[in-house]
Amino acid sequence: MKNLWDIFKKGLIVENPIFVLALSLCPALAVTASAITALTMGLSVMFVITANNVVVSLTRKLVNPKVRVPVYITSIATIVTLVQLLLQAFAPELYKALGIYLALIVVFAIILARAEVFASKNSVIPSFFDGLGMGAGFTLALLLIGCVRELLGAGSIFGIPVIGDWYDPALIMILPAGGFILIGYLVGGFKMLTEYMEKAEAKKGDR
Amino acid sequence: MVDTTMNDKIFNVSMSPHIRDNQSIAKIMWTVIIALTPAALFSAFNFGYRVLIVLLIGMGSAVLFEYLTQKIRKKTITIGDGSACLTGLLLAMCLPPTIPFYMPAVGSFIAIVIAKHAMGGLGFNIFNPAHIGRAALMISWPVAMTTWSKMTTGVDVVSTATPLNILKQQGYQKLIETFGSAPDMYQALFLGTRNGSIGETSTVLLLLGGGFLIYKKYINWQVPVVMVGTVGILTWVFGPAGLFTGDPLFHMMAGGLIIGAFFMATDMVTIPITIKGQVIFALGAGILTVLIRLKGGYPEGVCYSILLMNSITPLIDRFVQPVRFGLRGEAK
Repeated sequence: MKNLWDIFKKGLIVENPIFVLALSLCPALAVTASAITALTMGLSVMFVITANNVVVSLTRKLVNPKVRVPVYITSIATIVTLVQLLLQAFAPELYKALGIYLALIVVFAIILARAEVFASKNSVIPSFFDGLGMGAGFTLALLLIGCVRELLGAGSIFGIPVIGDWYDPALIMILPAGGFILIGYLVGGFKMLTEYMEKAEAKKGDR
Repeated sequence: MVDTTMNDKIFNVSMSPHIRDNQSIAKIMWTVIIALTPAALFSAFNFGYRVLIVLLIGMGSAVLFEYLTQKIRKKTITIGDGSACLTGLLLAMCLPPTIPFYMPAVGSFIAIVIAKHAMGGLGFNIFNPAHIGRAALMISWPVAMTTWSKMTTGVDVVSTATPLNILKQQGYQKLIETFGSAPDMYQALFLGTRNGSIGETSTVLLLLGGGFLIYKKYINWQVPVVMVGTVGILTWVFGPAGLFTGDPLFHMMAGGLIIGAFFMATDMVTIPITIKGQVIFALGAGILTVLIRLKGGYPEGVCYSILLMNSITPLIDRFVQPVRFGLRGEAK
């Protein structure tokens, strides 16, 4: 059980997909102008990555290594189509707001990377937790970026105004330039955080 | 960069540079600030005392952010060398006089923390920090950044648009009418009794400051001359009513061209090293300025043209590399 928790946990901070692995930065810029689209995208990816990890792990002994990538892609595309249809049916507005990026989940580097690096070499249950952890880390990162950008760029979070009228929103934050600047600083912040955690860990080891 | 504390080690063979003189970063920076002071003080006469507060906020916040960033980065605190102060002053001089008081501080934050220290600090920044600050403010608050006040004092009360705005939206004829007559317009542009950003209005005082810097050899005369000259020639050639009908005098004195050419395009860090490279830089900046003014969406293009040329500065440097001593061209 401890082991599974470790697998889940590493996706959150130590191997955070956006801030540490720097995979799938495109959606991190494109759909994070508001918190709600960021959260939807994060949860969609979390679902796809977990489901795909399970599928890949289940079929890992059946698939000839030479054709593994097309098989992964087929599996991912199927799951993404599922998500797409679900969103279109139950949250048409969010579906519209996410636009092309929802379909583009198929080619997100992070999903293929987890299938290749983890799920194809491990059994189903660890793969499930790996997908869950990575997905959670991705969602966390997107939500963080989305909240800050919406707060500074529109003065609200999840569409609810939180700063009074005195604040004149800085448009740059909801434009790509602001996204780049923010992600840069967050990557730096995560680096500081992981270094601090490593130091704390080392201290614990000494004792 | 240059220090004088090495005299006791004068016989050491060290890495270049070997030639030392009594110049220092602080001396250069404070001299540039002094050169800008007359134009800054004139703005108070032109727009009222409010702009002095804007200027002070710009400088003060820039120094504060420099101090905090250097503290966090665990570097030597160098707020005394005036470089942050200069960045804040230049930034504030490029803002409209009616700007809300917190915006110069936000601009200083972007200029110092993002454009300067995130790039590695003084000497490592790719872009002119003051102009990055202005560009970020321009994108963030386009309305506040393009709202121009009536002048509070001064001889002529000009309408609420800047001369370049009138030119862009209503044409040249209307521009002349606003000022009364063509000579009146030139006089207003030359003396600075017109509307515009805080520090850009007074051509004569900026020329005096720039001339002082050229005399002190802190900037090369080629840069401002080429940049302003390019704008003049191109606007004259591509005039509104066909070739050679433009008004070069107006374009050379209007907008932020003079302050940009003398104080921004000559920033030692962000322009090419050799004179040849600097001339190419100034030429490119001039061409881009004219392109934006005549064909682009914005009425003024000095800020963006200098930033764009900043981005290709390393490329220019590579192309105009001087031939090493003792080698002829073919031996490269």
